Amino acid sequence: MAVSVDEAVSPGPVRDRRPPRRRSGGRGRVVIEVAVLAVLAAVMLFPVLWMIETSIKENRDVYAIPAKFFDFTVTLDHFKDVFVASGGGPTTLSGSFLNSVIVAGVSTVLATVLGVPAAWAYSRFSVKAKKDQLFFILSTRFMPPVVVVIPIFLMYRQVGLFDTKLGLILIYTAFNVPFTIWMMKGFVDEVPAEYEDAAMLDGYTRLQAFWKFTLPLLLPGIAATAVFALIFSWNEFVFAIFLTSSDAVRTAPPAIAGLIGGTTVDWGLVAAASIVFALPVLIFSYLVRKHLVAGVTLGAVRR
Amino acid sequence: MAGIEVTTLHKRYPDGTVAVEHVDLSIGDGELFVMLGPSGCGKTTTLRAIAGLERQTSGDIHIGDTLVNDLPPAERDIAMVFQFYALYPHLRTRDNLAFPLRAEGLPKAEVEERVAEAARLMRLDALLDRRPHRLSGGEQQRVALARALVRRPRAFLMDEPLTNLDAELRADMRTEIKHLQGELGTTMVYVTHDQVEAMSLGHRIAILNKGRVEQIGTPLEVYDRPASLFCAAFIGSPPMNLIEVELADGKLRSKSGLALTPPPNLPLDRSLIAGVRPEALEVTEPGADGTVPGRVVSAEWLGDEIIYVVDHGGQRDVRVRMPPTVRFAADAPVGLRHTGGPPPVYDASTEELVA
Repeated sequence: MAVSVDEAVSPGPVRDRRPPRRRSGGRGRVVIEVAVLAVLAAVMLFPVLWMIETSIKENRDVYAIPAKFFDFTVTLDHFKDVFVASGGGPTTLSGSFLNSVIVAGVSTVLATVLGVPAAWAYSRFSVKAKKDQLFFILSTRFMPPVVVVIPIFLMYRQVGLFDTKLGLILIYTAFNVPFTIWMMKGFVDEVPAEYEDAAMLDGYTRLQAFWKFTLPLLLPGIAATAVFALIFSWNEFVFAIFLTSSDAVRTAPPAIAGLIGGTTVDWGLVAAASIVFALPVLIFSYLVRKHLVAGVTLGAVRR
Repeated sequence: MAGIEVTTLHKRYPDGTVAVEHVDLSIGDGELFVMLGPSGCGKTTTLRAIAGLERQTSGDIHIGDTLVNDLPPAERDIAMVFQFYALYPHLRTRDNLAFPLRAEGLPKAEVEERVAEAARLMRLDALLDRRPHRLSGGEQQRVALARALVRRPRAFLMDEPLTNLDAELRADMRTEIKHLQGELGTTMVYVTHDQVEAMSLGHRIAILNKGRVEQIGTPLEVYDRPASLFCAAFIGSPPMNLIEVELADGKLRSKSGLALTPPPNLPLDRSLIAGVRPEALEVTEPGADGTVPGRVVSAEWLGDEIIYVVDHGGQRDVRVRMPPTVRFAADAPVGLRHTGGPPPVYDASTEELVA
């Protein structure tokens, strides 16, 4: 597909790219600004830095008082402990990571596969009470998920979805489909329907026209939407902890939380597990950062 | 090539909006037929129903001898040009042109030949290897036209194809489309809201309003005798002056006393409105023969003509088109008289032409 993101998502007038002219105040002001921002950045990033440090410190350095910032021995043992059990073989934590990959991946794919065609239909067709339907779909996101966790728990126990990956996949899909529909509808609205009309006159059916012409133009939007859905499913904690009970099903967030507690806490292991957990989302977000910005500014905002 | 028959077309959307109330059209083989009307009048919906992009709620559409109601767009053998050109953004001009032919499954040699022919006709040879985003608006529209004509369809459907172009280019393209249609002799249905475009292009014009056909006729018929007050106000710039009149002493007279020659067979049992074109009125020195006194409210100096807005003590100010040599200042007292033949006269309550 030869369409770049910029072409596909910015049909509006090109914004002025020049930075706004700095207000008067000169060099002194710049120094103060930079200093304040640097302090803020240090405060914000310190927990992350500390997590990274902790994950590569030996245990005695982790508990050292006063804390050691620089002069500690670097070790990767904690990362090994995340995946390899002391007797050899995989740890339960590594199983949890695999569960997270399966649950987040499948629910994202499902939400996309269901949500994109729905968004297309809402954008292209005249549907009875379309606005009411869309509002209803959105209304499922009005309340914080934790509000419904007990009813869902009871229902799941009744129908046998409690403590299954399928159960988690379904609940995450249910939360992501409305989001996908709303965000994708914005993107579909941006792609002129005439492409499909022209393709239909050229001999394609409506679905072929969608598949061959509209879908490729929607790819940036789909990428952005899917990453948002993926991040939600990957990070989700409340349902994961309430709806699972066994290590075989548990996803990474409750599993990592479960490392804390007990008599001693292996902070090195917690830090290493947290980093391993954070990495995929960071990498994904970095890869599609352009699309994410497009998604935030275009798909989600009504003009 | 084929004519198009549209009978008792009605289109109602699931949400209850009625886009087309009732439309009958009989478009001749090889005719350039223009559908004209304000936005929301149902012209585009009618066109899309002919194309097969919308399914009508009721009514029949024939293209040639074929009833096409249930045929998908691709099987109707028509080509459509859109306001937004709808060139496939990932294909070069050459492939955009070849696309519908390849979709039809024509042999490669013939595809190349037809693309070359269309490119020559629309002067696109230099642009064949560019993608749409590297073409100007006018070039994109020429590619869109070429893509429509490579197929050699039975009819062209044009949905406001010139709206996105600037004024100068629009005039050029208008000539080009008219020339092309004459050359190919293919039936063309052209939708626009621009009356100048309609007048200059169409063999016949259908004026639509609120999902109904108000009038069908040649440009001159439509201009000289608009079938309703709506058409009278829609065609012509500045539009027709609509003046309330009464028959007295063998003349039609406005409240101000302005006298018009009455058409024959005028019904007398109702209130009447005369439609007077700006060029059928004349502004003179005050007190000249056969004039009523008036006052210039404003004057638009257009170079080749002057449009005077004149208050003649009647109800509404009238617009008068005068040559640039006749000059009056704003607020100047003037005389106003009718110079043309009998104007079309309308029933004030039904708003339809009565004589």
